[in-house]
Amino acid sequence: MEIQEQDVRLDGNAAAGLLQEVFVHEFSGARGACASCGAVGEMGAQHLYMAPLAPGAVLRCAACEGVLMVVVHAGGRFRLGFRGLVWLEMKDTAVTS
Amino acid sequence: MGFVSRAFKGRPRDQPRDARVPPGQYLVRDFPVLSAGPTPHTPLAEWSFSIDGEVDAEKHWTWEELRALPSETVTRDIHCVTKWSKLDTTWECVSVDTLLEGVETAADYVMAFCDGGYTTNLPLEDLTGGKAWIAYAFDGQPLESQHGGPARLLVPHLYFWKSAKWVRGLRLMNDDSPGFWETYGYHMYGDPWLEQRYSGD
Amino acid sequence: MAGTALQRRLTWRVAEVVDLVDETPRVRSLVLSVPGWPGHLAGQHVDVRLTADDGYQTQRSYSIASAPAAGERLTLTVERLDDGEVSPYLAAELRAGDKLELRGPIGGYFVWDITIGGPLLLVAGGSGICPLMAMLRLRQATGSAVPTRLLYSSRSLEDVIYRDELDRLVATGTALDVRLTLTRDQPERWAGYHRRIDTDMLTEVAWAPNERPLIFVCGPTPLVESVAESLVNLGHEPTRIKTERFGPTGG
Repeated sequence: MEIQEQDVRLDGNAAAGLLQEVFVHEFSGARGACASCGAVGEMGAQHLYMAPLAPGAVLRCAACEGVLMVVVHAGGRFRLGFRGLVWLEMKDTAVTS
Repeated sequence: MGFVSRAFKGRPRDQPRDARVPPGQYLVRDFPVLSAGPTPHTPLAEWSFSIDGEVDAEKHWTWEELRALPSETVTRDIHCVTKWSKLDTTWECVSVDTLLEGVETAADYVMAFCDGGYTTNLPLEDLTGGKAWIAYAFDGQPLESQHGGPARLLVPHLYFWKSAKWVRGLRLMNDDSPGFWETYGYHMYGDPWLEQRYSGD
Repeated sequence: MAGTALQRRLTWRVAEVVDLVDETPRVRSLVLSVPGWPGHLAGQHVDVRLTADDGYQTQRSYSIASAPAAGERLTLTVERLDDGEVSPYLAAELRAGDKLELRGPIGGYFVWDITIGGPLLLVAGGSGICPLMAMLRLRQATGSAVPTRLLYSSRSLEDVIYRDELDRLVATGTALDVRLTLTRDQPERWAGYHRRIDTDMLTEVAWAPNERPLIFVCGPTPLVESVAESLVNLGHEPTRIKTERFGPTGG
């Protein structure tokens, strides 16, 4: 089956299950600032390249395609790379309003 | 024995006791596309290939210059770290030995660098002696962009993440340094016969 | 319940198939009983994991099609893809009584509940209707009158998932408008759209940008990207547009 190049990409939301194994708080609604271009957005809205279509999960900035985060879950470990995020912020869902 | 899904077979995966299939791999007949980012589309008029870094003199080729070099057709088995293997893949390519002719270096390592920012590291020794190529055609057709076209590195004796798609050059280094996937936990060398998938294997 | 659905630590659970519903020739819904299910929000998904007897494993994500409700049941709707690895198993092999590993609910980004309000524009392609159906079912169950429009693209009328239910929701609900576009085959005397979703169609169906609709787009990646781009070009705020791309195979 011919895969068009743009088809390979998912939304960051699709990695939420993987990341929730690592983070207690919900990830796809988390916000972050891109270290390459400064854009701030919800992680669920960024561009995701992920297994089974990649050896790991690569989250890229929807504005500039710079790498925000990489998550490799293999060999009995999770390794996360955050170099592309200046900051990452998650709601404290334990706080009642 | 953990949970098993009744009657689930999964994609056809022949697991032959075949000397050509490294441990933990299964055979495929299609050619899966894996990607860590958007497919680059550098126009051939702007494309170049370089050898730089710890060398006496840098070398550069335009697309036409690369295609004018002596080339060969090679048939090899390839093995992806995500466990699929594909036998008898045929490529048209220029040997890295050809590109390194006349290059003076004391460096032992190489970082392959690519459009889109992907990198992967290899020992220089694994790129020479007829073990590595720059490939621009697969199965008799120009290499499709989703498979790394116009040109990719081809190093079939290592896991296929080392055969960098959209390659634009080789940077000679004195010391080994992790490329993209190696930084995130994949093995620095990647020998499929020793199942060197992740660091520590 | 909303807070619980977002903060629960994820573990793999074993669900049991209690019912199977054939929605269209290629699409089947699985009604699952999940002991300990913490509840979910409309739009969330689960990851499903299958294990072969030699230990080989693979995972896929599926949107939860049922509305949030008390109890331990949830519904997944699966389209059988001819060259799929997982969908032929889920949509054709699974039987009532079979067990399925899943984890969830997942996703805080592509969710809607009635407190979020509207107006609400839902755009779906193929099996992209599934998470949006959870939103429509929630709307119905709570008697919500949030103005809502669904634009749903399918290959043919027989491929429209939940077709009868959508008719019922329009007939018995308030302020809900459903428009179909059939891209490959149309019945005789079809008066609806018969082309891929484009800017003109969106101009006719969507609210004006100054009404600030909240927009959810779901389906195969090429459709989602084209619709999202068209909506932005029409003047809708990018932050009001939420997308869920299903990848190359659409599910």
